[in-house]
Amino acid sequence: MRLAGRIDLVGAGTRLLAPVVALLFAFGIFAAVLGVEGTNATDAFSQMFEYAALPDSQVDILNRATFYYLAAVAVAFGFRMGLFNIGVDGQYRLATLMAAALGSASFIGWLPGVLRIILMVIVAMVVGAAWAAIAGLLRATRGVSEVISTIMLNAVAGGLVAFLNTTDHWGTRPEGSNAVSTPLLPKDSWLPNLPLIGGTEAGVFAFSVVAVIVGVGYWFLLERTRFGFDLRATGYSPTVAAASGVDAKRMVVWTMVISGAIAGLVGLPQLFGESHAFTDSVGGIGFTGIAIALLGRSRPVGMALGALLWAFLDRSSLILDLADIPREIVVIMQGSTVLAVVVAYELAKRLSRRMQRRRVGGLVETSQKEQPA
Amino acid sequence: MSKSKPTDSSRDEDRAAEHGPPAVELRGITKRFPGVVANRDVSLAVRRGTIHAVVGENGAGKSTLMKILYGMQRPDGGSVLVDGTPVAFGSPQQAIAAGIGMVHQHFMLADNFTVGENITLGAERRHGIGARAATRIRELAARYGLDIEPDELTENLGVGDRQRVEILKVLYRGARILILDEPTTVLVPQEVDELFGNLRELTGEGLTIIFISHKLDEVLAVADEITVIRQGTTITTVTPAAVTARQLATLMVGSELPSPAAPESLVTDEPVLAVAGLTVRGPAGRPVVADVGFTIHRGEVLGIAGVEGNGQAELVEAILGLHPAEGTLTLAGRSLAGQSTRARREAGMGYIPADRHRHGLLLDAPLWENRMLGHQTERPNAARGLLLPGAARTDTQRILAAYDVRTPGIEVAAGALSGGNQQKLIVGRELSSAPKLLVAAHPTRGVDVGAQAAIWGQIRQARGNGMGVLLVSADLDELIGLSDTIKVIHRGRLVATTDPASTTPEHLGLAMTGALEEPS
Repeated sequence: MRLAGRIDLVGAGTRLLAPVVALLFAFGIFAAVLGVEGTNATDAFSQMFEYAALPDSQVDILNRATFYYLAAVAVAFGFRMGLFNIGVDGQYRLATLMAAALGSASFIGWLPGVLRIILMVIVAMVVGAAWAAIAGLLRATRGVSEVISTIMLNAVAGGLVAFLNTTDHWGTRPEGSNAVSTPLLPKDSWLPNLPLIGGTEAGVFAFSVVAVIVGVGYWFLLERTRFGFDLRATGYSPTVAAASGVDAKRMVVWTMVISGAIAGLVGLPQLFGESHAFTDSVGGIGFTGIAIALLGRSRPVGMALGALLWAFLDRSSLILDLADIPREIVVIMQGSTVLAVVVAYELAKRLSRRMQRRRVGGLVETSQKEQPA
Repeated sequence: MSKSKPTDSSRDEDRAAEHGPPAVELRGITKRFPGVVANRDVSLAVRRGTIHAVVGENGAGKSTLMKILYGMQRPDGGSVLVDGTPVAFGSPQQAIAAGIGMVHQHFMLADNFTVGENITLGAERRHGIGARAATRIRELAARYGLDIEPDELTENLGVGDRQRVEILKVLYRGARILILDEPTTVLVPQEVDELFGNLRELTGEGLTIIFISHKLDEVLAVADEITVIRQGTTITTVTPAAVTARQLATLMVGSELPSPAAPESLVTDEPVLAVAGLTVRGPAGRPVVADVGFTIHRGEVLGIAGVEGNGQAELVEAILGLHPAEGTLTLAGRSLAGQSTRARREAGMGYIPADRHRHGLLLDAPLWENRMLGHQTERPNAARGLLLPGAARTDTQRILAAYDVRTPGIEVAAGALSGGNQQKLIVGRELSSAPKLLVAAHPTRGVDVGAQAAIWGQIRQARGNGMGVLLVSADLDELIGLSDTIKVIHRGRLVATTDPASTTPEHLGLAMTGALEEPS
């Protein structure tokens, strides 16, 4: 048993080391690109850190991380069973629009604020789930790849949102503005921002609590329930899962539904805490979610760290403009981080598998998988 | 399966080739891995133009030895000589350059490529990828009697043809010494005979073949010399004329060979599984299992004999609900036709699949999660929809001890275990839920002799406790030894019923070819 503990430690060690090495690598690329630009990387980085440490920045980072995290969990749900839900973007935009339009509609004006918030959250989740379910049903009944269908559904959702969010339908245009949005929510369904960080007026989205709950729920569902076991088994090997009694088609639909329901939450932190109306200005969070799910290896804590890192880079890049450094350099760093992390994890996985085999002893007989191609 | 020795008289005569240095010689090879010695002072010499078999149990060190010869591993001690010249390969490429080729157990061919493309892939420098390469392939195929057409699309080929492509791939790269790693695992008996014919043609042309196997009948049928490896070291080298299969097995395990001796019958008249009119249709709508019916009673083992590909796999999948089927199926009085796989498993069906990697184990998941697999809805693994990881872990420890699964712990990924230990884990898991019916497909395939005896004993014991067993196997000794009744499947139909107490492998073999069709 002591040996078993050691194997686990070695595995965990390599898994922890992988992202650190990957981050160093990404920083190396960052430094190299800055070097080409003729700037000192350490200098730029310390400026970024200083700026990110400001109270306003801290709040902003936490707020960004909130919706990034929700998007990442939505994507990760699919990842864990081998489904690629690229449609989080379309799902959350449609869901947020529906929730915002309903919340500001006059016919439910009589509802108390708390109930209206709950209703809006439910509507957002249902809309997200329904939109994702289309892809799930297509996959289960017709064998359509969810990658293709969710990409297409993103485009459809984008069109639908653009169509509905016009002054002819659910949109309004405030006097003297060009931006069309849904009407402002009644004040009683705004969520107060939490004064977690001292030294600033700004507060952290109350919805960050929901993000934490979603993270815990994600862990519990996957690691502690039968459903989660079926889901993970399908992710490891669909044929093995089927032989163990998992109904693959049902799993596909349910996984997409849950993934879509979580995706439906992505737009809500800003809706309740900042904009109080749906404007179609912020798209793309769904795609960032994919990157963060990869960064965090679809693990609840890993994705939280990934979301914070991403938010930090987002926020701190603002200072680079002032230092005359192109801000896009941070996009390069974000991209290379994801790439490096994915590669590093794969290497770590192989390494720890090989070490396990060695320890198991009769190792070589079973290593048919390692034959050279 | 043919057990007759080749009658080619030239094999008994001294050949000119024997007087040169051996094609391959291993002297005192030692290879250590942390905590294990995989090979210890291994010495063997392979004469040119012969088939040299290396036999041993799983884990005896055969594969390590061949990986050393093929440059995939470096030895810690000893030397390798090819044609009398010492060599030290750092990679398979160097081994290939020295004329050593390896035909792997699992084929590595791209289905959507033609045969020619698969052969030239990675060896484009030799003869390009065009007409010159095709000519060369035809030349090689004709010279060595390998009936292969380079323009054929690989996905249209059967298993035997694919193996010939793999052999041709190695020959195309200029190999004079071929290592075949368990080449018969994937073949049906007729294909095995064909392969042996091909191998004799190759040695007839002066090539040398190293044949790794643990199937003793085959080794005795094809090899010129046999080297036995046990616990990482060479025990002896013998000629097939000088030993029997039983003696060889004893050399391999180092003790008397266990056999599935026929026990007294424990069959009751209480039906566990009743199947009637079971029909499974293939992709084209043609029945691959046609109107099959049988009853298994408590304490009965029903063996299904048949040449692979006659519908056994589909029959098993239909009973598990993995494959849609027509007909009725009743388990302990409860109709399960049309029910899901999960419902069937919960109703008391245990399943030992033919392919552990595709159907039996999550290779990347730890052992305790694999213990839950297939039983993730039952205690001790789960209750009310929630997993019980603590209880599952404890029970995994129990299985490891009770079924002698050798592993440092339960957190190890299942893929890290050897094949025999993986199989013991599956058997332990399936028997732990005390199934009413065990569907066992090739329960000891690819398992060493020691584990085989253990698995037989466990199945027999569970049967004694009232379990019914549907046993599908290609191993006729296993079928005869374990079964209370044997039915023969041929082209999807049950064509004969025999009593294992009075039948012989030869008689069964005849029935399996369809020669003894009787109205059932």
